[in-house]
Amino acid sequence: MIRTMFTAAAALSLSGLAAFAEPAVVMAPGGAGGGYDATARLPLEAMQKDGIFTDGANYTNKGGAGGTIGLTEFVGANTGNDNAIMSMGVIMVGGILLNNSTVTLDDVTPLVRLTNDTGVIAVAPDSPIQSVDDLVAAMKADIGAVSISGGSSGGVDHITMALIAKNIGLDPAALNYIPYDSGAESVTAVGGGAVVLAVSGVSEFKPMADAGRIKIIAVTSEGRVDGIDAPSLTEAGIPVVTGNWRGIVGAGGMSDAGKAMWIDRFTKMHEGQAWKDTLALQGWEDAFLAGDDFAAFLEQEKELTAAVLKEVGLIQ
Amino acid sequence: MESLSGLMQGFGIALQPQNLLWCFVGTFMGTAIGVLPGIGPALTIALLLPVTVYIEPTAAFIMFAGIFYGAMYGGSTTSILLNTPGESGSMMTALEGNKMARKGRGAAALCTAAIGSFVAGTIGTVLLTFLAPPIAELAFYFRPPDYFALMLLAFLSVSVVMGTSKVRGFISLFIGLSLGVIGIDKAGGMQRVTFGVPDLMDGVEMTVVLVSLFAIGELLYVASRYGKQTPNLNPLAGGIWMTKEDWKRSWKPWLRGAGFGFPIGALPAGGAEIPTFLSYTVERKLTKHPEEFGHGAIEGVAGPEAANNAAAAGVLVPLLTLGLPTSATAAILLAAFQNYGLQPGPQLFINSGDLVWGLIASLYVGNLMLLVLNLPLAGLWVRLLFVPRPYLYAGILIFSLVGIWGVSNSWVDLAMMFGVGVLGYVMRVYDFPIAPVLIGLILGPMAEQQLRRALQAQQGDILALVSTPLSATLMAVALAVVVVPAALQWRRSRKIEPLP
Repeated sequence: MIRTMFTAAAALSLSGLAAFAEPAVVMAPGGAGGGYDATARLPLEAMQKDGIFTDGANYTNKGGAGGTIGLTEFVGANTGNDNAIMSMGVIMVGGILLNNSTVTLDDVTPLVRLTNDTGVIAVAPDSPIQSVDDLVAAMKADIGAVSISGGSSGGVDHITMALIAKNIGLDPAALNYIPYDSGAESVTAVGGGAVVLAVSGVSEFKPMADAGRIKIIAVTSEGRVDGIDAPSLTEAGIPVVTGNWRGIVGAGGMSDAGKAMWIDRFTKMHEGQAWKDTLALQGWEDAFLAGDDFAAFLEQEKELTAAVLKEVGLIQ
Repeated sequence: MESLSGLMQGFGIALQPQNLLWCFVGTFMGTAIGVLPGIGPALTIALLLPVTVYIEPTAAFIMFAGIFYGAMYGGSTTSILLNTPGESGSMMTALEGNKMARKGRGAAALCTAAIGSFVAGTIGTVLLTFLAPPIAELAFYFRPPDYFALMLLAFLSVSVVMGTSKVRGFISLFIGLSLGVIGIDKAGGMQRVTFGVPDLMDGVEMTVVLVSLFAIGELLYVASRYGKQTPNLNPLAGGIWMTKEDWKRSWKPWLRGAGFGFPIGALPAGGAEIPTFLSYTVERKLTKHPEEFGHGAIEGVAGPEAANNAAAAGVLVPLLTLGLPTSATAAILLAAFQNYGLQPGPQLFINSGDLVWGLIASLYVGNLMLLVLNLPLAGLWVRLLFVPRPYLYAGILIFSLVGIWGVSNSWVDLAMMFGVGVLGYVMRVYDFPIAPVLIGLILGPMAEQQLRRALQAQQGDILALVSTPLSATLMAVALAVVVVPAALQWRRSRKIEPLP
């Protein structure tokens, strides 16, 4: 009820600014305060600030099952609506496969990729594993003994480790991967020695590494990351590049005009100052990719994810 | 001493008139949302996040701290008066608190809850002020086997809340455990008893079950018995204040509750519930009035209420010192810090000392404010019970529905609410205890997760469960909880047996 009141109040105050305007319908397939929520709200706030799109927005938060519950509701309620968009990301790509969701990303219109959070692989500061080479040796000696904490089973952290295992000639299904609910739990697990290795995003682990609680031994971007004294996996000889990217899709059956309109808005937003400030404030990496390029990237991610999840044994 | 001067400086900030006002706004809102079922501090702060753009950081955090502490206070009021806890942390308060209210001692229960919350909240805040860094280290010390042993201990000690019949108690507990297995199994990604309903994939929302079992069940029960109601007892029969005896019986539970709440609250997988379970158990074992437990023992209110407030202070320890959010509310506070470009952690105390010490000082102020706000209100709240029941319970129904809808906007949750509500009614009619259902639902999935983590990290070696000194100790205590009373009983029965 409070949420409806807030939205109503926001809509009212905005209708004063732009008469006859229709607010955008925005779905965040995660709870308030989370990553999908921020990816849904902040771009529209930046557009508002830079005067690109000022008709306001009605936000709905619907979390659960890697975002697939929100996706299902979004597709059911908005197909054909040029004014409806939803935040999404790599976790949703995996979530759809893992949960056998009947509604998939084929039912929506890819618009833009906005941000990325590069993955990091970390160990305890006093761990015998201090480099990627040490890690490869340890995994080859006894893959089960290298316990790994990370995000949900089948999520991007799990996929990173599966790709590493595959690359060094080991069976990804043999990984000893232990899902943790939050980065806080995962970082204390590896810092305290309850697990050997932890995988997470730069944004979550960098402060802990700076404080000397954990040691980052590799990053999952193509090159190095500023401010982190660790090679990329590629640099260390394992050509694996992953990242927790997030973006925006439009409703299924969106008209070409509607698609062009949104891509234009996001492109302008990406060039504007407000979005640059947002990226800096949130510590997000800019990973802007629009239209067909994003659609092609999405297809590639879907295939890769499906292949990896099969090898890990999480899907048939 | 550095902390002391920081704190003094913090008071200078917190006591500025406009910050006092924000503190008041926060505590008032917090109390209100604590009273309403389903709407918790996490959701409220999330909704207020956009506001942070317009006010300065110190003021915003002072307000959020007020909300955070206030919600813990508010939760106890409805638990005691109406047997409808709004938060899981105040569930144990309902057990004895509501019995007290029914005996006309509602005001005394509210007072002991308010003062206990104040005492424990203050102890927690003092510990946060001076001992935060070493206590935050606990987060790194606790491993899955330690968590599992702690949860096992909580499980084994719940038998004391199982009422008169152990069989009924265990049935309740198993209902809770079975509700707890619904959803995606986190370790393996497998769906369990979801029947293809997407809304069930993330499991049964604990708040839904809490509100349904207590509020809806109670409502149906009261409605069904309305005709043959015995004449109403005067809710003020026991006075509007605590007696000397009440004070004497309350102060130790307050301190012990704080002792459980603070450290467990500071753990990443601790929470506010486990300390309340443990506190209730301990008070029940230590009391000089065991016959009163189950009929309105003041210790059973004082302990758990102190425990949940101390846990709230504990949650701030890893957040402020390490930047680790260990609960939903803490995660949203972290998001708020980041909105201002602040990164919690050791650097926060150095870079933004004003803000941190202002925040900590405002916790003291907020706590005092809550006491001042709630103590005089105790007498007033109790008069709520003079409201004719049809109106009162209709109001509860509306608030419950709105609260549950607010949690996830899911009709499946609403449908489940009625299903579980009917279950709650049936359980009341046939004298099944309610609390074990919630304990099973809360602890079951947590214990499962920690057990599997502990075993998986050691590749299935069962000895992993006692591999740390702490886990071995806790396991031994857990074992003693079961074996010692049984052994004592056996010895007693042997003594009485006549010789052949």
